[in-house]
Amino acid sequence: MNAPMLWIFLPMVAGGLMLLIRNEKAVTLIACLFTLFLTLAAWLIPIDSQLTLGGWSFKLASSQEILGRRLILTSADRAFLALVYGSSMVWFIPTTSLQIARRLIPLGLGITALLVAALAVEPFLYAALLIETAVLFSVPLLSTPGQKPGKGLLRFIIFQTLAVPFILFSGWILAGIEANPGNVNLVTQAAIFLGLGFAFLLAVFPFYTWIPLLAEEVHPYILGFVFWMLPTVTLFFGLSFMDRYAWLRDTPALGTVLSAAGALMVTSGGILAVFQRHLARIMGYAVIIETGFSLLALSLVDRMGITIFLLLLIPRTLCLMIWSLGLAILKDHNPNLNLNSVNGFVRVWPFAGLALILSNLSLAGMPLLAGFPAHQAVWEELARESLPLAFWVFFGSFCLAASAIRVLASMAKAPEGAHWEAHETTSQRVLLWIGWLAMFLLGLFPNWVLPLWTKLPALFEHLGQ
Amino acid sequence: MAETINWAALLLTIMASVGLLLSRDWHWRIGFLATQYLCAFFMLQTHWPISMAASKLVAGWMACVVLGIARLNSEKRGEEDLSIPQGRLFHLLISFIILVVTFAVSLRVTTWLGISLPIAWGSLVLMGLGLLQLGITLDPFRVVIGLLTILCGFEILYATVESSILVTALLAVVNLGLALTGAFFLITVEEERI
Repeated sequence: MNAPMLWIFLPMVAGGLMLLIRNEKAVTLIACLFTLFLTLAAWLIPIDSQLTLGGWSFKLASSQEILGRRLILTSADRAFLALVYGSSMVWFIPTTSLQIARRLIPLGLGITALLVAALAVEPFLYAALLIETAVLFSVPLLSTPGQKPGKGLLRFIIFQTLAVPFILFSGWILAGIEANPGNVNLVTQAAIFLGLGFAFLLAVFPFYTWIPLLAEEVHPYILGFVFWMLPTVTLFFGLSFMDRYAWLRDTPALGTVLSAAGALMVTSGGILAVFQRHLARIMGYAVIIETGFSLLALSLVDRMGITIFLLLLIPRTLCLMIWSLGLAILKDHNPNLNLNSVNGFVRVWPFAGLALILSNLSLAGMPLLAGFPAHQAVWEELARESLPLAFWVFFGSFCLAASAIRVLASMAKAPEGAHWEAHETTSQRVLLWIGWLAMFLLGLFPNWVLPLWTKLPALFEHLGQ
Repeated sequence: MAETINWAALLLTIMASVGLLLSRDWHWRIGFLATQYLCAFFMLQTHWPISMAASKLVAGWMACVVLGIARLNSEKRGEEDLSIPQGRLFHLLISFIILVVTFAVSLRVTTWLGISLPIAWGSLVLMGLGLLQLGITLDPFRVVIGLLTILCGFEILYATVESSILVTALLAVVNLGLALTGAFFLITVEEERI
């Protein structure tokens, strides 16, 4: 047995087998237990060292050869594996209450395994192809059964596919730079190819037009899962570039480019979010803003950038999950999520409504909520570098918060004499309660995720020091 | 001899990719796409062993078969072209401009990568016309064909610098995945029509 077999091939096989199970609850239960097992295994079992349990001794090897190349998962990757599979488990729990377990879980597990493979493959540049395969896996998830694929889905596939040639070609140029580090032409070419590749993959300004379009077309919870999984792994992939190539890490222009792109995404995303009339589109813009914050954190790589980048991960996962769960509950009963068609919803769907508002405010960096500590750290560090930049970033977040107030105003506008009557099911109420509670607890005690922060940087040989 | 084959493949590539842009019948489109993969095979075999080049041909033709079967099963009456604008003359003119631009770029690429002109030009023509196809259509079938064309062009160029079996296999998976995505789109469109 080896680590890639356990955390890559086994989940793929499990996902395939789950396609055969017809019972929603059984699929959710098996998937949650399986991902819990993978999370605990990642947290507890050392890789490449002998482990003795009673009279039984075994060693989990770190690599698996495949077609002349290798998939490698070392002990340094364990925290990342725990994060990915632990978060997947949390994402899978509410699927039964939304009746989408059979649709999301098998493919979701396959996508997770492919994205783990993307970070395990050596040479790591081939990750672009595995990410593209995961994108193609997500197409059946993102298309609404019986409906023509929308513009958002088509643009999503186009932009993600266009990233592949740029990243693969940049890999070839980077190999040339390693052999000839003084060649400025090669460095410029590599930077252009890499920049374009990641701009397509991460939906960096101006390539993010597909996000709000897709948000409008797709089931919100599935969308939340894909919007969490793909950018997270792509950002880690980007970090591995910075970690691997010293010239890239030490280029002063990198920080400038990252902070400019991040600030542009946060500001433009915030301004556009406040003018949206569709609830799911607002979530789409929040995803753009969050990617912008991650880029800003990476631009501060000399001063706590990596810590802030990792600090952003857990609150983002939680907020996106609660936000998309709330949206999915509303959409199940009212397919039209335009602002003018949700009037009075706070009285009929109070739990889901509050979930939308709280997660929106949390991602806008509202104090006491989960997103605040990380966002505050970004603002503070940015303000030390450039006050105007910090102002525009803060303005973007402020606009996102304003969009939450706008949604609240629409949802609270009930006709006279309307009664309070919660329509959510018991399981949905429990899940949303837990979500709110977690948002407040993470806002008040951000150091609770400290064990993960201390272990995750080990993934990066140079950046993590 | 290899150079002659490459020039012939280039000529056929230009004809097929322009034909792909101009044709409104899906049978022709699949035929042109298959021809592109045949040309790619001839160009690839100058840098790769014939068995590896053949794997590209097989994967490409499989993609054509997948798309063809899906199209056959979901044939729409009174369709067709959703491209904007629809004029063939416009498409021909813009294709000509792309041919000229890619020729100019390929002269630099030949020096940069140390490859022959027909290979550089052929791959850039495919990428350029594939991009054009993506830019002027909203039809999922044409979008997928456009993406396959771009990847086909990229694979020719990338083969001159990388010969890993894993990359070849993964690119074949991506090609087939795109074809399956196209087939999936065609089937969902047909379900919607019913």
